[in-house]
Amino acid sequence: MKPALNIMAPGVHTTAQGAKRIGYQDIGVPGSGPLDPVSFRLANALVGNAGDTAAFELLLQGPTCEVLADAIRVALVGCSAGLEVRSERARVVPAGQSVRLTRGEVFRIGPLGDSACAYLAIEGGFDVAPVLGSVSTYVRGVIGGFEGRRLQKGDVVPLRLAGAEVRAESALPRALDPGLEQPVRVVLGPQADYFTDEAVKTFLSSVYTVSPQSDRMGFRLDGPPLAHAKGYNIVSDGVMPGSIQVPGSGQPIVLMADHQTTGGYPKIATVVSADLPLVGRRRPGRPIRFVSIEVREAERHRKEQEAAIRHEIDALHTVAHAE
Amino acid sequence: MASVRFLPSGDTAVVVEFGDRIDHDLNAQVLRLAALVRTQRIPGVVETLPTFRSLLVHYDPLVTNSAGVRAAIEGLLHSSRVAAAPARTWRIPACYDGSHAPDLEDVAKRTGLNVDEIIRLHSSTRFHVYMVGFSPGFPYMGDLPAALVLPRRTDPRVRVPAGSIAIATSMTAIYPVESPGGWHLIGATPVRLFAAHWARPALLSPGDKVCFEPVGPPEFDAIRAAVAANRYEVPCEAIEA
Repeated sequence: MKPALNIMAPGVHTTAQGAKRIGYQDIGVPGSGPLDPVSFRLANALVGNAGDTAAFELLLQGPTCEVLADAIRVALVGCSAGLEVRSERARVVPAGQSVRLTRGEVFRIGPLGDSACAYLAIEGGFDVAPVLGSVSTYVRGVIGGFEGRRLQKGDVVPLRLAGAEVRAESALPRALDPGLEQPVRVVLGPQADYFTDEAVKTFLSSVYTVSPQSDRMGFRLDGPPLAHAKGYNIVSDGVMPGSIQVPGSGQPIVLMADHQTTGGYPKIATVVSADLPLVGRRRPGRPIRFVSIEVREAERHRKEQEAAIRHEIDALHTVAHAE
Repeated sequence: MASVRFLPSGDTAVVVEFGDRIDHDLNAQVLRLAALVRTQRIPGVVETLPTFRSLLVHYDPLVTNSAGVRAAIEGLLHSSRVAAAPARTWRIPACYDGSHAPDLEDVAKRTGLNVDEIIRLHSSTRFHVYMVGFSPGFPYMGDLPAALVLPRRTDPRVRVPAGSIAIATSMTAIYPVESPGGWHLIGATPVRLFAAHWARPALLSPGDKVCFEPVGPPEFDAIRAAVAANRYEVPCEAIEA
């Protein structure tokens, strides 16, 4: 029998996400990929995978899975919740640590806690074919991942590796700081001039709240409305993850991984790439405030973040496996 | 090129804006730059997204930076190099029969034209594909004859069937997959606009031209059956650059 995971309960919104889908934006296909690429990469590192191997992205609550393989190695990163193993040796494996599980064991990841998203990486990854060069799931386009959709109860997701070897497990050197209170850095524009000066001030000085109407396409924010100076329609223009568009309601929307590729609302600012994970981790109801920086600073922050991730991966601890 | 503006779009993209109107010449400049970037391969530039009037240039900030991308693009704008993506004229079968055109009567009322006149105007115009966006393979095509220009519907539909031919503002479009939509539905085509397994997954590319060829319901059904059996190719011819 092919090695697989039996999805006994799918969680709220569980999809396979990996490398971004590149080269198809000009025909309306977004990049997709993880909302929080930092946690995603660390999860892969813990199980010894290349950084862009497809993993499960969990939103708000994780799945319950049965191991249909001789042995697998998984790691959960991005949340305070742990991985509950239900078997003769019932135990809870904390996030940020790999674990080897054997055939018939069932594991459950409950409500994620403070964070909106988390990643479950599995050694070797899933045996799903890339679509348009990527295995990342784009649900609205029914493209990639497992049948182009989120997981459902009863799915049997095939794995590449039949038997993960016994070896020492890995752990993050320190718990990941989800930065739930940190301000989110933006670069103003491309259409900041479509707003009144007052609106730009309001945008940068107010506390917004993540709306329950948020998904992988965009995080809607509730807060003080932003007044347009030149109307709220522009001739459609390209948009990207982090674009903050403001429709007629004046309530900003941060576009995320499954964004539409073009949009007809003016964009007051763009979240810098290093801080996109800070947005992705914020659950509905969480506060969010913005601070403006220059492009050059944003590029520097991204390089520093990249160095920090590499440092974190180099510093992974070994934990003795308890048999 | 005096009016080209570079607008910031975070630290992973730059907007090259040629103007803020829907205009053939502006769009031609956008598509020329997109083709140049594709052939010149600027280090760190990942991909581009052409729209009506701007080109969004995505870059990897770990490889290059905004200033470097801008300098490279300025070089291309001032070069005399000619580049054009291969464009085609497509003849897309369109059924304007009431069974496939739920808004045709309403459009007649709003425009004061009769249904035959609407069909004649729509099917005798050679449309330009300005851009593909909104959803995979969704073409924004223009320009509609002035008599057919209407604002979007005030009550958008939750579900517009795949293949619907629609009009709104100065544009016409085809919905590649069932999706929400606020345009007026004046017909339908049995051809597919998008399939991820095709070598080029979208039928239409920015810069292509489209003519709609009226067909009746029986022919619509016959073509749809042929499409389902992979026995139909949309007639097209290459456009000389």
